[in-house]
Amino acid sequence: MLRIQLAYWLIAALLGYSGLRNLLERQWSRAAFWLLLSILFGGGDWVLAENAAGRPLPAQLAGGAIVALALLAPRLKHGASSQEGTPEQRQASAARLGHRLFLPALLIPLITLLVALSASLLGDRLAIGSHRLFAPDQMTQVPLIGLAMACVAALLAAAAISRSPLRDGPAEGRRLLDTIGWAALLPLLLAALGAVFTHSGVGDIIASLTGTWLPTGSALACLLAFALGMVIFTVIMGNAFAAFPVMMAGIGMPLLVGMHGAQPAILGSMGMLCGYCGTLMTPMAADFNLVPAVLLELRSPYGVIRAQLLSALAILAVNVVLMWLLLFRH
Amino acid sequence: MNHALLVHSAVNYWPLLGVAVIALGFVLRFNPVLVVVTAGLVSGLLAGLGIPELLALLGKSFLSSRMLLMFVLTLPAIGLLERAGLREHAQQWMSRLHGLTLARLLIGYLLLRQLLAMVGLTGVAGAAQTVRPLLAPMCEAAADKIRPGLGDAERERLRATAAATDNVGRFFGEDVFLALGAVLLIQGFYAGQGIGLSPLSIALWSLPTAVAAFVIQSLRVWRLQRRLQQAADAATRGEAH
Repeated sequence: MLRIQLAYWLIAALLGYSGLRNLLERQWSRAAFWLLLSILFGGGDWVLAENAAGRPLPAQLAGGAIVALALLAPRLKHGASSQEGTPEQRQASAARLGHRLFLPALLIPLITLLVALSASLLGDRLAIGSHRLFAPDQMTQVPLIGLAMACVAALLAAAAISRSPLRDGPAEGRRLLDTIGWAALLPLLLAALGAVFTHSGVGDIIASLTGTWLPTGSALACLLAFALGMVIFTVIMGNAFAAFPVMMAGIGMPLLVGMHGAQPAILGSMGMLCGYCGTLMTPMAADFNLVPAVLLELRSPYGVIRAQLLSALAILAVNVVLMWLLLFRH
Repeated sequence: MNHALLVHSAVNYWPLLGVAVIALGFVLRFNPVLVVVTAGLVSGLLAGLGIPELLALLGKSFLSSRMLLMFVLTLPAIGLLERAGLREHAQQWMSRLHGLTLARLLIGYLLLRQLLAMVGLTGVAGAAQTVRPLLAPMCEAAADKIRPGLGDAERERLRATAAATDNVGRFFGEDVFLALGAVLLIQGFYAGQGIGLSPLSIALWSLPTAVAAFVIQSLRVWRLQRRLQQAADAATRGEAH
């Protein structure tokens, strides 16, 4: 049976390979960084299982490893160049291979799509003999498993088309990984920070602070406070999903639905979208805003945020006006 | 007033310092990884968590979101293709397609990304999978057709716009998808409050804003193209005189 764990082991293998190559090149900090992360990825399921069984020591060690990664991060210099070979070589190769170069790149979305579609259409009929292809508890993970399968297929195709040895794949992957560096880690760390914030009651504090100055008798004031709260909270946490329950419990349910009779379906749906506008504005949503800036080799880490700030504000304005028009209509 | 004061004294405000650490760290340009971990430690300790507890919480939530690093699996294939000239080919191909302007390319991508996200396929495109190897070089080539010899700053702006378009398309498509993430979270929240809602009734209400997002981003892309065009026109007029 295919499980998401296989994908995590593949990631661990690539990280481990990058660490070892850096070790051989005496890039000590970078080697330690990738190797530590590789161990975290490889042992992740065991750590989570131990923690769930009431043995927190491995999870505590993992937390210690994360602190070590944070101390290593400032010592990582960005890799020199993310381009391999001379421009002339790449131009010549591009002219020789032509459209065939697109094929492996398109295989990634295509196979992901096929796996996801066939799993949702065929479900448990997807089996080899009596073995189901996907475990029942893994069905929500199928698109991710599909992505991992697609990446392996794309690597094979890319090696075949460019007539390169297969081992060049990990080597090129490691080159890109060194370019991305610590930015790759931010999305996971921010997720962990979100958990700590929730645990420390940061949400309740902000909800109680908004509650003190709000003129609750005005539906418009409540709506604006809710929308703005969703945006600000999302900007702080980097994730609209973390903001939603807090703002709903603080303002949405008691004031908008309870006091002013807002329609719950519209409030939920469009309220969440206020948060999505916040996601477009914040460096805390690192996987959408900071990682692409590094991948696209922008000089400023905030280049992507700058490019989408105006869109986010305009969409937010339209969304809030729509809410005002639709929420209290009966 | 007294009542409000009473409620307040029960709330521990100190964990907010974690938020301050984040803001200060980003403003002072410390390494973001270090800033985020420090903020987590500060907030947790001020909320009264013990160090072992806090480390376990960090470790557990970090490991539970491992799927966020999934994109690194695309890197070997993409790296190999880039070495073989994928980006160069995307650029050359783009410069030969006369009907495909910068705005048409980005708006077409935006539409496709939104539609795919609406049926739950958010993972098929992204910064690593599609923007860096395909969309960004094609955008640069499309802009070169309008105005040859763009500077570095303008090229960065184009690449950033490509990434922004990818984000807007994904965000304002995925909220319409029934069986994942946002819709289920909203439904679950209301169920906990004793209000039963069907996923469809929630998902449908994100359609108006999805359309608005498409129109707004398309307009911005079109304006970017028009600015390039005007700069190019001004340059040719300057040469003619």
